[in-house]
Amino acid sequence: MRAFAARHPWWTAVIAIAAAVLLMLIFLVWPQWLVAGIGRKKVFLNALFNGITLGGLYFLVASGFTLIFGLMRNVNLAHGSLYLLGGYIGFFVAEWTGFWLLAFPAAFLVVALLGVVLQVVVFQRMEGQDLRQTLVTIGISIVAADLMLWAFGGDFYNIGTPSWLSGPMETFFVTGVKRSSGDLIFLKYPLVRIVIFAASVGIGVGMWLLLNRTRIGMLVRAGVDDSAMLSATGARINLVFVGVFAFGAGLAGVAGVVGGTFQSIAPGEDIRFLLASLIVVIVGGMGSIPGAALGALMIGLAEQFGSVYFPTYAVVLTFLIMVAVLAFRPQGLMGRA
Amino acid sequence: MNSKLLTTLSVAALVAAGSTVVSAEPLKVGVLATLEGTYTVLGEDGVRGLKTALAQSDNKAGGREIELVIGATDASPDSAVRAARKLVEQDGVEIVIGPLSGSEGIAIRDYSKTQPQVTFINGISGAQETTYVTPSDNFFRFNMDGAQWSAGLGDYIFNEKGYKTIATVGEDYSFVYTQVFGLVTEFCAAGGEVTERLWVPLGTKDFGSIIAALPDDVDAIYLGLGGGDAVNFLNQYQQAGGDANLIGGTIMVDGTVLSSKGSAKDALIGVPSSGPQADTWDDPKWQSYVKAYQDTFPPDQRFPSPSLLATGYYNATNAALSCLNETGGDLSDGQKAFRACLAGLELDAPNGKIALDGNRQAIGTNFVSEVVELDDGTLATKLVSIKENVNQTLGIEPAAFAKIGLPSRETPECKTAYE
Repeated sequence: MRAFAARHPWWTAVIAIAAAVLLMLIFLVWPQWLVAGIGRKKVFLNALFNGITLGGLYFLVASGFTLIFGLMRNVNLAHGSLYLLGGYIGFFVAEWTGFWLLAFPAAFLVVALLGVVLQVVVFQRMEGQDLRQTLVTIGISIVAADLMLWAFGGDFYNIGTPSWLSGPMETFFVTGVKRSSGDLIFLKYPLVRIVIFAASVGIGVGMWLLLNRTRIGMLVRAGVDDSAMLSATGARINLVFVGVFAFGAGLAGVAGVVGGTFQSIAPGEDIRFLLASLIVVIVGGMGSIPGAALGALMIGLAEQFGSVYFPTYAVVLTFLIMVAVLAFRPQGLMGRA
Repeated sequence: MNSKLLTTLSVAALVAAGSTVVSAEPLKVGVLATLEGTYTVLGEDGVRGLKTALAQSDNKAGGREIELVIGATDASPDSAVRAARKLVEQDGVEIVIGPLSGSEGIAIRDYSKTQPQVTFINGISGAQETTYVTPSDNFFRFNMDGAQWSAGLGDYIFNEKGYKTIATVGEDYSFVYTQVFGLVTEFCAAGGEVTERLWVPLGTKDFGSIIAALPDDVDAIYLGLGGGDAVNFLNQYQQAGGDANLIGGTIMVDGTVLSSKGSAKDALIGVPSSGPQADTWDDPKWQSYVKAYQDTFPPDQRFPSPSLLATGYYNATNAALSCLNETGGDLSDGQKAFRACLAGLELDAPNGKIALDGNRQAIGTNFVSEVVELDDGTLATKLVSIKENVNQTLGIEPAAFAKIGLPSRETPECKTAYE
């Protein structure tokens, strides 16, 4: 931190000012001229928080994707199908048992098992053949989409939140002052989004700890750097591969449950989330977990701010970010060249 | 030499056969429906409507067997044109029924101009432009457009519900512009005020910020969303604790949303809306159509009752069948007799009588309805009032109507009179 400040005094100042402005925008009551200029504070705060929580969902999907890519150089284009399947499983488990929380382990386990099958039956057979793997996974995703359409139909599925999680909660962020009484108006925010965001932060931190502080994490990191060398030292690299693939797939399944809870599950969502995670990892850097977090946050914020402040071009904004990153830092923001 | 002889012989045989039976050759009919992508469920139900009509007439018309060729589209204009080209240029169909979605309709209208030998009967696509701007001679539309589907709603919410100011949220494309067009012209003429119009990209899944941006000083909010977008909006609206009065666009309260899984749809109970049908209408003709639909398909392969997409394709098919019967399956001379029949046809449809205007656009009956929960827990629309003879200019003088301009984000202006 201090070294960075010493090396780039200008940048440090810019970042510090930006952070200060952001904090003021969040915590101060907006004066009239600001409201006249960019609209009500409630809209801004909501866009900010929604962008962050949406980023949480994108992170869940993309982190599995980037983990698998980082370790095995597999571009698994069937990742979106795993997301969708997780969502369907979560819906039925939640419906049959009545416990929303149960949907998460169920989706994780089933989709992780499927990931094991994919890894053993498909990827191990064509190790190191990038193009073949890519084509085969595209094929798998198309077949899986049709199978799911056949099994679950084209209806829209929405996983119900338990009563203790539904509805809004009052936060301590001030959005304005009541003209009549002078009381402060506080922001109301959907509780379920806060919980889901906290959970994805938890998962992210857990993953980082697992990768950087444990023996297994060391094996995985060694595998990322040089898998041939790692297997030469006697580590059972195939087992590590299977484990990582299962974990990444399981995360996609969990993300499906999350997505089904605050959005909905339907045919076509697989492609949407595959595209989202591709953009996220391209922006963040292929194979990097912090990169996935940063990329997911940027894409989520871009989508939400875009949808309120310039709705017509909201869709273009995410691609603009991707283009800018590819132009100036092709390896991704946190990626290694 | 041999093949020529054979051809002559077969022609002779056909002519001979033709003198006794009208024509033994099956009639190829192409169908365009969205059977891929987000609108899959909608397209499937459209095809169900079409098959219901065919089943009622034993798959025959004018003495000829009907042979269906189905072309799948994905709601994008280019997919519709691709599928239509395949049907017309490869399979050689003589009649095309479809498409389903707004922008597809505009594309197929343009394509139909290049294929004057084929007759196109619209499935259920509802953009105004399709028949209002540069209409095509061989493109017929037996369903009303999005603006006509709004007829009666503006009056109802202003006079009966007492909403004086509303804001609208809609998907940013031609069909929803058309729907809002119909609503705004009627609501503002009644004395209401539309304070804000928010547009979201088609396919928006996270409405969190839009919901926060909704104005809270209006009496009600109009929702012009469909399919997954509608379900997501309702879900997130409930999560955000939204409690404003809602008004539904036509596809917002359609069977596809009302039969979605989960509790998001419950936010729609009691919401007023309008469209070409009311699910629980007690008219005997409507009821017998619902029964025919239910009898044609087992319960797990259909909606509880037909969606407006099924009804649209059902009507389009029936129009074709009855004109084929009237002309005895005669499609000679550039289908002249068949088209003359279609243009002059008064279709006694289950959702009211339908006739065509000079642009071959339907003049029909519109239904104002409210969403209710039925005894079995499913949701359906319940009839509030009927508005008959709704034409494309919504009862406004054609010249004055033309002056309003084509539907867009800001058109029409909110005015008390359009003249």
